[in-house]
Amino acid sequence: MLNYLLQRLATIVPTLFFVSILIFGLQQLLPGDPAIALAGEERDPEVVAFLRAKFHLDEPLPVRYWYWAKGVLHGDLGDSVRIQKPVTELILEKLPVTIQLAAMAIVIALVIGITAGVVSAVKKDTWWDYGANVFALWGLSTPNFWLGILLILFFAVRLGWLPASGYVSPFEDLKANLASMIMPAFVLGNAFAAVLMRHTRSAMLQVLSSDYVRTARAKGLDERVVVLKHALRNALIPVITLGALGLGELLGGAVLTEQVFTIPGFGKLIVDAVFNRDYSVVQGVVLFTATVYITLNLLADLAYFLVNPRMRH
Amino acid sequence: MAAVLFEEVKTQTGGNKTWRRLRRRRRAMFGLGVVLFFVVAALLAPWLAPYDPVATSWTAVRAAPSSSFWFGADELGRDVLSRIIWGARASILAGLVSVSISIALGVPVGMLAGYLGRWTDALISRITDAMLACPFLILAIALAAFLGPSLTNAMIAIGISATPIFIRLTRAQVLAAKSEDYVEAARALGNPHWRIALRHILPNIVAPLIVQATLAIAAAVIAEASLSFLGLGQQPPAPSWGSMLNTARNYVEQAPWMAIWPGLSIFLLVLSFNLLGDGLRDALDPRHK
Repeated sequence: MLNYLLQRLATIVPTLFFVSILIFGLQQLLPGDPAIALAGEERDPEVVAFLRAKFHLDEPLPVRYWYWAKGVLHGDLGDSVRIQKPVTELILEKLPVTIQLAAMAIVIALVIGITAGVVSAVKKDTWWDYGANVFALWGLSTPNFWLGILLILFFAVRLGWLPASGYVSPFEDLKANLASMIMPAFVLGNAFAAVLMRHTRSAMLQVLSSDYVRTARAKGLDERVVVLKHALRNALIPVITLGALGLGELLGGAVLTEQVFTIPGFGKLIVDAVFNRDYSVVQGVVLFTATVYITLNLLADLAYFLVNPRMRH
Repeated sequence: MAAVLFEEVKTQTGGNKTWRRLRRRRRAMFGLGVVLFFVVAALLAPWLAPYDPVATSWTAVRAAPSSSFWFGADELGRDVLSRIIWGARASILAGLVSVSISIALGVPVGMLAGYLGRWTDALISRITDAMLACPFLILAIALAAFLGPSLTNAMIAIGISATPIFIRLTRAQVLAAKSEDYVEAARALGNPHWRIALRHILPNIVAPLIVQATLAIAAAVIAEASLSFLGLGQQPPAPSWGSMLNTARNYVEQAPWMAIWPGLSIFLLVLSFNLLGDGLRDALDPRHK
């Protein structure tokens, strides 16, 4: 166990190192003088000179990377040129909103995706199966910003049941918060549900044809017990790992969803930063997302290890 | 000469077999049909579009669908149908160009990693891991942001972001092929490495690459629409489905048709590439059901 854990942790270090180089390298793509580009709209020579000194722009590239990485390791992702705040502070400010959105989306995706996957595997080659497959294709092919607009059109404009946009803090008014988050969470969870459905279906099909399931059936166990207790529990093991890989898509989708529903989260932060040419914020958000993604995948691997006894030997 | 001829005949019948298998799959054929429909529409845009896609008309502002504007008009009185037809160009171009970039970068690098192994493989694999750690769309947004907003830069950004998938796939396929008997035989005959890699391994790993490329085009079309929706792709007034949806968002109440048609077009094109990719996978690999 400890060995595996250490091995897995050891692969993370080089990955994070290359991620940091990649994100630092983004700066090099800026056309012209980076100090002027980083200064954004402001062309004040004093600001430019300040930035040049701050980012050591006169020094060679490896030295600049060293200064930057040292800051990052100390939790300093730079400052927003626009909002005059540290990037770390901005990210932590917006993070809870996106966490709530993502958590709700994951719950919706798990419920829809796993149910649809189990049903389509158990009822293989019936209309249930076709229906679930059509749903998965729909989920994978619908741009989530379009789905968002359609839902707004139907539930907010036509029926007037839900607010079209805006965000209310759950600490202010929980009911209004849920009303404003349910549509975006559904939109975000939709594609993820499709991914989960496909994984669950193929894992279930494999498990259902295995010997121990046949034994369980031969023992005369209730079919429901066989499917839910014997088959599903084992089928979910690969779904955990594959699901964790899908979380990256979810984080990307959050950017679009937040934009459609004007939710002031993490995705809105990066889009606003792009248009304000607030490059430190863009870099900070990407670095942060990558770190979260790597950590989540590590946790998924550990969970896989813990729930699968065969892996321990 | 005879050997070359024989090889050509062989691959041709292989292609025919695949095509016959593909033709039996109705969903894949539907996908292919819709893709061809959009390709033809994009190519013939100047003759098919009833209006100039960027010509504004104050008398037609947000005109509802009618016999003169089949899909309605937008907030500047531009014909939605004409913009959809011209917008197909941006979407299909983005799909094809970005995936070509991913293949051009990913396949050679993946072959190097798989064929050479050792530290080359270790280095390439770590870089690939790092790129895959950044969610596809977020990496594409960041790249497009630093490169500057334009359709060309969006295609480059999407192409680079999708490259690691092709590196991984190629590497895995090369690793599997390397231990096959025909590669051993080619090596025993004293073929140089580049010849083994290009003439013996590459043709045998093309099938999974074609499948992945088709599915990657679907992802690239959505990605281009997403970047254009955020304002990082095709710049106004040039038509693109993503940017049409971005403006449509502000007129959901007054002019819902502005949102329905571009979204439906993205959905149909992406769905078709997905169906075609799934069908190709089944047709090229009979073991996969």
